Amino acid sequence: MTATTRSLLKALVFVACLGPAIYLLVGAFGLWGVSLGADPVQEMLHTCGNWALKFLLITLSMTPLRDLARTTFWLRFRRMFGLFAFFYVILHFAVYIVFDQSGQLGTVWQDIIKRPYITIGMLALLLLIPLAATSTVSMQRRLRRRWTKLHRLIYVIAVLGVWHYWWGVKKDIREPLLFACALAVLLGYRVYKQHRSTAQVREVAAHSRA
Amino acid sequence: MTEAANSYKDISTYNNYYEFGTGKSDPSQNAQQFRARPWSVTIDGECEVKGTFTLEDILKPHPLEERVYRMRCVEAWSMIVPWVGFPLADSLKRFKPTSNAKFIEFRTLVDPKQMPGERGSVLDWPYTEGLRLDEAMNPLTLMTVGLYGKVLPNQNGAPLRLIVPWKYGFKGIKAINHIKFVERMPVTTWAKSAPSEYGFYANVNPAVDHPRWSQATERHIGGSFFDQRRPTLAFNGYDKEVASLYAGMNLKTFF
Repeated sequence: MTATTRSLLKALVFVACLGPAIYLLVGAFGLWGVSLGADPVQEMLHTCGNWALKFLLITLSMTPLRDLARTTFWLRFRRMFGLFAFFYVILHFAVYIVFDQSGQLGTVWQDIIKRPYITIGMLALLLLIPLAATSTVSMQRRLRRRWTKLHRLIYVIAVLGVWHYWWGVKKDIREPLLFACALAVLLGYRVYKQHRSTAQVREVAAHSRA
Repeated sequence: MTEAANSYKDISTYNNYYEFGTGKSDPSQNAQQFRARPWSVTIDGECEVKGTFTLEDILKPHPLEERVYRMRCVEAWSMIVPWVGFPLADSLKRFKPTSNAKFIEFRTLVDPKQMPGERGSVLDWPYTEGLRLDEAMNPLTLMTVGLYGKVLPNQNGAPLRLIVPWKYGFKGIKAINHIKFVERMPVTTWAKSAPSEYGFYANVNPAVDHPRWSQATERHIGGSFFDQRRPTLAFNGYDKEVASLYAGMNLKTFF
């Protein structure tokens, strides 16, 4: 694959990732017959929150994908997906503050401290900030091993995010359950890999002693 | 009511009616083929006149009237809806409740073939609701058969639904096919599914929060993006008419 096709593909993926935001923007102005329904604020909140979680899960899928497909190709997109997760989390939060709560910071603060599902959602957002801030190549180089350690926070963030969703729904938990299952597979894969490599190290060590 | 009602479109496309799916637009999509006629309603329990009546039988004696009511959902959004119906009290009197009748229990049709949501178990079917007899007899309580001067759309609970405007919307049971006079407080669907979150009374009350979210304010459907949330009113603004029903009761306990 040439550099041009690669950057073209990257641009295409970028635009595709903007899809949900474009839908909300077009729907908010009611262009081309697109509508956000009777409760557009709720639709915005849910669409952003939903895509934030999807992008977190997509980001977490890149490593297993590399192992399974035996190509590092998709790893090039991991940063972009992670940053889109952050983008939709921020949009979700902005819609909540500006439209849902009409900018009443006092009630927002009350929500954050009084409503556990909002508390953990807020925590997930805060934890994402250092990851987004250190997402550049130069930060990655500068922090080296600490970068890897720091970015393991994404596991915690994903758990908090799914939990936030689960706790927020009224009754029908099918979709949060689906997210939770996907997350369990993605995290389980890492535990399995870790376990296997430890076992291998032990085996090698045992052989070398013999 | 001085304020304008919500549009027919908003009222008929933004519905909580889990028998047709849990999404707000599911009912308007999935209820189109629902057969709301012919229909019959079974009346039994603690009353003298029992039996199964056709919908026409149930409706015949009652002149229909329009009632423009506020609708406050337990999810903290609200609308204003021009319903068409008749006072439930007038209907109940026909069946001559006995002195044992303390509560009324209502049930929705169970027909998973027509109601795809009933194939799953997100709630216990049949959807069951209830009122204390004096609540049922309050002149505000409306047996509802229409919306905006037209026959009630399927997604809004055709052919027969309950509207209790001072209570959260989930008390407004839809597609009623069974009314029972009972002595003891019925176990209602939402209260059964999450007893700490939904009570039997479910009176709109800004002072009693849902355990997971605030009930102090509501988002009014149909406004602009920049509309402020509105303060929720005690008994949804019908306190003059109904507060006396609950005199002396601790509304935090009996939520």
